Amino acid sequence: MIRIACPFCGLRDETEFAYRGDATVSRPPADAPIEDFHDYVYRRANPRGWHVEWWHHAGGCRQFLKVVRHTMTHAVHSVGLASSTQVVPPE
Amino acid sequence: MHYSGLRLLREALTGNRGWKPAWRDPVPRREYDVIIIGGGGHGLATAYYLAKVHGITNVAVVERGPIGLGNTGRNTTIVRSNYLLPQNHNFFEWSLKLWEGLEQDINFNAMVSQRGVLNLFHNEGGRNAAARRGNAMRLDGIDAELLDREQVRAMCPLVDVDNGRFPVMGALLQRRGGTARHDAVAWGFARAADARGVDIIQHCEVLGIDVVDGRVRGVQTSRGPIRANKIGLAVAGNTSRLAQMAGVDVPIESHVLQAFVSEAVKPLVDQVITFGAGHFYVSQSDKGGLVFGGGLDGWNTYAQRGNLPVVDHVWAAGIALIPALSRLRGLRQWGGVMDMSFDGSPIISTTPVAGLYMTAGWCYGGFKATPGSGWCHAWTIANDAPHKLNEAHRLDRFRTGHLLDERGNGPFPWLQ
Repeated sequence: MIRIACPFCGLRDETEFAYRGDATVSRPPADAPIEDFHDYVYRRANPRGWHVEWWHHAGGCRQFLKVVRHTMTHAVHSVGLASSTQVVPPE
Repeated sequence: MHYSGLRLLREALTGNRGWKPAWRDPVPRREYDVIIIGGGGHGLATAYYLAKVHGITNVAVVERGPIGLGNTGRNTTIVRSNYLLPQNHNFFEWSLKLWEGLEQDINFNAMVSQRGVLNLFHNEGGRNAAARRGNAMRLDGIDAELLDREQVRAMCPLVDVDNGRFPVMGALLQRRGGTARHDAVAWGFARAADARGVDIIQHCEVLGIDVVDGRVRGVQTSRGPIRANKIGLAVAGNTSRLAQMAGVDVPIESHVLQAFVSEAVKPLVDQVITFGAGHFYVSQSDKGGLVFGGGLDGWNTYAQRGNLPVVDHVWAAGIALIPALSRLRGLRQWGGVMDMSFDGSPIISTTPVAGLYMTAGWCYGGFKATPGSGWCHAWTIANDAPHKLNEAHRLDRFRTGHLLDERGNGPFPWLQ
């Protein structure tokens, strides 16, 4: 069980959340070239290590959270607001 | 050495002193025509068909650990070709035809058992989707039958057809689908490839891929550099990492899928049954254990283990489908790391780097594809171009918009 410390609700089980994928990609401006949109939709680093990702607290406060989690150990390093910029620790 | 009943008898009468290792343990040479990275079913099948169909025998299969211990040893052993999209079902049907002749071809008992695969449906929409899929298959000459509730009841007496929440309305049946023995597939392909001159190099981890002027030149491994002008990746779960060594980004995320085996019991489930209302599928091994699984845990991971919420969900779904399962104890549970592609369909393709090829993005469905994937991957490597069966499964379809969105889920790998 992954446990995520929601900044609004406290420490909660993963079953309360909906995973929403890699949080490092951002939507390009509307007039950006098609390649940028390809990368936005399909290009992922898919790291074996620390991963910055969206978790939607669907069964709680319904906020989108930015979580730094390790893809081998499943350890959660930090949980922040959608607008936060979190430090990604070295491997 | 040819395996046969006569050989078995002769060895039994002479103290079993004549058996030899099924494949050699060669020291890697400095150069090969083709290097296949990944000694699972897909990589070994690729090497076998390169040697058999294309006459390319100067081939090495390099594998980080022992062969067949990745997803080849971690699946639920189901073979079928019941897909909706023609590009997918025609490919998987070719794979199923290879399964049907595999044991004679590689002289190894892969225990292919065409016991039938049933996909249950529980409402009108599910029946329409199943009928559409079955019709699409039949248009291309693939067997599919739409069963009603009473036919399901007669075929699968333990299924709770009258379930109060999800009553079974019927099923889409593919009689030619079934199961195979996963380890035997890896061993059989390894032995058959080895017999044709392929070097299977175990405990040899690839640390880097050499690319010069946009062409592959070889690999750096834990056992030294090996040169080759053609390299095929068959490393499901780790495709992103290996492709990145050659500077190629792939539209894949790695996710864990769990599977389970119960204690062994007498024959209980005669077919492969999938539960349309929950994420659950089950068959019974020849040893007697029920082999079953469910959906992804649903977040990126490279760890070959899953978490308890999915264990709980899979068992609950299984008991809803077959209440008798509540009396069985679980024996083993494990996880395998899937290449989840963004449209749910595989990639067997050339890449932007000349001489680099891949068979990847298999999502849940890699085992059934083993011979077909190897056959098409070998063709693509030998001809530097895809075969008609896998030309739609190209890597650049994500750039050109020619997606194979089998489930219509959109670009979310964890939902495919």
